[in-house]
Amino acid sequence: MVDDVVIGLEVHVQLQTQSKLFCGCSTKFGDNPNANTCPVCLGWPGTLPVLNKKALEYGILASLALNCKINQKIKFDRKNYYYPDLPKAYQISQYDLPLAEHGTVKFNHDGESCAVGIERLHLEEDAGKLVHSSVSRESYVDYNRSGTPLAEIVTKPELTSPERAESFLRTLKKQMEYLDVSDCNMDEGSLRCDANISIRRDDGSLGTKAEIKNMNSFKAVRKALSYEVLRQRKLLSRGQRVVQETRLWDETTEQTKSMRSKEEAHDYRYFPEPDLVPVRIDKKWQQEIGFKLPELPDKKFNRFLDEYQLTEEAARTLTDSRPLADFFEQAIKPDVSAKTVGNLIISDVKRELNERGWDIGQVALTPAALTSVASLLEENLISSNVGSELIAELVESGGDPREIVEQRGLKQISSEDQLSSVILQVVSENPDAVADIRGGKNQAIGFLVGQVMQKTGGQADPGTAQKLLREEIL
Amino acid sequence: MNNQLSQLSLLELSQLLEAQEITAVELMETTVERYRQLDSDIKSFLYFDLDESLETAKKQDSLERKSALHGIPLAIKDNISRLGKPLTCSSKILAGHRPPYSATVVEKLEQAGGIFVGNTNMDEFAMGSSTETSAYQTTRNPWDLERVPGGSSGGSAAAVAAGIVPAALGSDTGGSIRQPAAFCGVVGFKPTYGRVSRYGLFPFASSLDQIGPIARTVSDVAFLTELLAGSDSRDSTSLDSPVPRYLEQLQPRAEGLTFGIPEEYFGEGVDSDVRQIIQQTIETLKQQGAEIKTVNLPHTKYAISTYYILATAEASSNLARYDGVQYGYRADEPDDLIDMYSRTRAEGFGPEVKRRIMLGTFVLSSGYYEAYYGKAQKLRTLIKQDFDRVYEECDLLLTPTTPSTAFKLGEKIDDPVQMYLSDILTASTNLAGLPAISIPVGQDSKQLPVGAQLIGPALSEQTVLNAAFMLEKQSQWDAKIAPVQA
Amino acid sequence: MAALKQEISQLATLGRLNLTDEEEKKFAGDLQEILEFAEKINEVDTENIQPTYHALPLENVFRDDVCQPGPPIETVLKQAPASIDGYFSVPRVIDRE
Repeated sequence: MVDDVVIGLEVHVQLQTQSKLFCGCSTKFGDNPNANTCPVCLGWPGTLPVLNKKALEYGILASLALNCKINQKIKFDRKNYYYPDLPKAYQISQYDLPLAEHGTVKFNHDGESCAVGIERLHLEEDAGKLVHSSVSRESYVDYNRSGTPLAEIVTKPELTSPERAESFLRTLKKQMEYLDVSDCNMDEGSLRCDANISIRRDDGSLGTKAEIKNMNSFKAVRKALSYEVLRQRKLLSRGQRVVQETRLWDETTEQTKSMRSKEEAHDYRYFPEPDLVPVRIDKKWQQEIGFKLPELPDKKFNRFLDEYQLTEEAARTLTDSRPLADFFEQAIKPDVSAKTVGNLIISDVKRELNERGWDIGQVALTPAALTSVASLLEENLISSNVGSELIAELVESGGDPREIVEQRGLKQISSEDQLSSVILQVVSENPDAVADIRGGKNQAIGFLVGQVMQKTGGQADPGTAQKLLREEIL
Repeated sequence: MNNQLSQLSLLELSQLLEAQEITAVELMETTVERYRQLDSDIKSFLYFDLDESLETAKKQDSLERKSALHGIPLAIKDNISRLGKPLTCSSKILAGHRPPYSATVVEKLEQAGGIFVGNTNMDEFAMGSSTETSAYQTTRNPWDLERVPGGSSGGSAAAVAAGIVPAALGSDTGGSIRQPAAFCGVVGFKPTYGRVSRYGLFPFASSLDQIGPIARTVSDVAFLTELLAGSDSRDSTSLDSPVPRYLEQLQPRAEGLTFGIPEEYFGEGVDSDVRQIIQQTIETLKQQGAEIKTVNLPHTKYAISTYYILATAEASSNLARYDGVQYGYRADEPDDLIDMYSRTRAEGFGPEVKRRIMLGTFVLSSGYYEAYYGKAQKLRTLIKQDFDRVYEECDLLLTPTTPSTAFKLGEKIDDPVQMYLSDILTASTNLAGLPAISIPVGQDSKQLPVGAQLIGPALSEQTVLNAAFMLEKQSQWDAKIAPVQA
Repeated sequence: MAALKQEISQLATLGRLNLTDEEEKKFAGDLQEILEFAEKINEVDTENIQPTYHALPLENVFRDDVCQPGPPIETVLKQAPASIDGYFSVPRVIDRE
């Protein structure tokens, strides 16, 4: 039963160019239906495609990150089929000379390091979107997405569990985000995933596979594939056969369902797109693009461990997204420790982000302000409580932490002289607690420290307060 | 005035306009009049913008002259886009269609001051060699109304031959400019593939299609080619090499040139009349100091098969978009999506288009791709190499444009293979992407025009035009306008 | 080639052409004749021959990633056989793909 699950993924990543793959229409999401269309992406006869250079360069960048071999000469092909969201009744894609082949992606799954082969990466245009009427027997077509550039990434069938498939997909998403070639927003469809899944036969040969579509979140990928593993195992254990077919994941029933397509078997009749010319990607061009390749998550993780002596968990959290990692590194200055800065991000900044459902790009807090908070803490000028409150405020409305601390008098009182009068007052007001402590009930000291904090508006350094209380009482 | 003006070439008319001996409005009025007199018989136009043409002519008269094309009436094949103007490709499936943009060639000629008066009839989606597959009307050859004008740009060639307009645009995928030009006794030029932008040309076979001019003189054709040519950022397959001043550099020149006479172009299928007239043309060339050399293009016999496999394959894909979703015809009351597609296309396309979609779908389908489409792509290489080889030893090729002169209406329409063979002398040049011109060089025993074809290497437009100019000057051809009477 | 007759209806489905029985018969005959003629290319040995997709050796033609808005969608939609609220309208699509 071990490793008998065989999964391969086909991932579509929308490349975040300004304009579409073959025309000048905007790729903006969420505009009015058909607002971002022109005769080219509507496929009106007589119009011709012209390749967006940026999309190709993004594709090359992604291929390099996936350790693929870039083909020196590539071409585009037509994939012919009818569907109302496909305006020309063919999709411009790549068939036998894709942009890149033979890659590998390493990823971490539950502490275990895994790898999956990348069969190919090719460029293609996206189709439009269909909206189904709830009242009439009609469907409505919006071509805003038609012609948007996609990189289709096909893995080898080497993923051995639904959970690993999910981990791989998360890693892939992180990589694409690091490259800044896609926003990988699954809700908006800029990252989409289909899967082929089968169970290996007892003799080790590959079983019949089913193709699973319509998985719109990481969770859906894991659940749909887990469901499919169970379904196929059940069939096989009863001596029944798995049918080769396409199945749709249904989010509400949490089941996969056969599409039972009435159409004939597909025959896409691929042939070279005569309206586009081949592309030659020489070594020099490849190198130029290679220079733009940023530090990828894995490498950054290892560097964070070495350079900043972070824990693995901290390094992983901080390298979770490139903007977060960049923010962290921008906030590190010679006079503060990376650990303090890292902890502030991991505990306080992340908490504020989670509460608001934001990402790091949306905060009013600047890296410099974060540095200030860290040094205020390290100089023992503010308490960690005040630190947390400061972060909350800075995330929301920004500002200079030192000024805020100064203006509101939030500085921690750690000088013994300043605290001694409060200590005397608390001791005289709480004779019972004092008696308890003198009688050996040490836990009562916490209550008295609380009283000191209350009287100083939280500015007392609790450590100093406890020390002075003990000296006074014992 | 009327009949005199219609005898004149584009550049002659341009001189009269330039000298203010006539106005654009006067010229347009005679154009409209001649259209009214003749076109009910010839049926070269699918529609003619009477009011707007006169309106535009009036406007052009009030403007400073932009070029020699200023105020000249032109016709355009019904497969080249003009913003907001009807365009059907002579097919029912595009009835009522008005493209939301203009072709690059239309923008260029309109900017130069040319006036498109209307769209000319053609074989449906340019699929045919007689203009008989048009869903709307049958165009007749102005030299003999019982005969076809050739195709697929038959309407353009007939309108020019009849003197309705001095020039027209056509498109050529396997001979669709040159063959009707030969049948109608006019000059038709297919430039090098990529020399003229295809943006706005409704595609038949994208890797073969090329727009070109049809006119009554080589000078007019040289002039128009100069205006049409050039790279276009909207067409990835357009060539960005500089455009020579074809007209300025036009000289009647054959001296010092070597003309290859490919044996394969004078085979059994070529009529003796045609053969004899081309033989005279060869003599003329010799007299003018040209060297004549017999050459071989051994893969010519495979050209028609190769051409029909590749052209129909591309067409089956190019024509898939006519599915009733966005524009054009949609079948009434479809049961469901598939029914809408299948009935829209069955009702919208004519038999020849359906036949070619079926053939093109077949040669691309799984199991047959390698044997047909894949094989034909390799044959295309061999055909191209034949040309490369002969151009090492000669400058141009001289051949008949067509194996016969214009055939009778209905004569070949029910025999696809016979009809396809009409392209036998023209299709190879499209496969190789070469420039080729057809010019009238004489008449057969039935007084029908005979066309000679000159084929040059890629981007040798000037050499081709110069040789054609010389043949035009030397040939017995003096009747520029078909003897058609109102 | 005998298989062709059975394939005609399959081809018509692929090409989305609703053919009558008569048309199917006619096209089966026509295609047979055309393909028999086209068979001639098989006499040529193309073993080491590269295919030609484009007549001319063009490469690397690109456009820059710059937005250029198209014509107003109304001009396009008004030509549609059926449209509603800015969408093109088609008979209901049941299956995905």
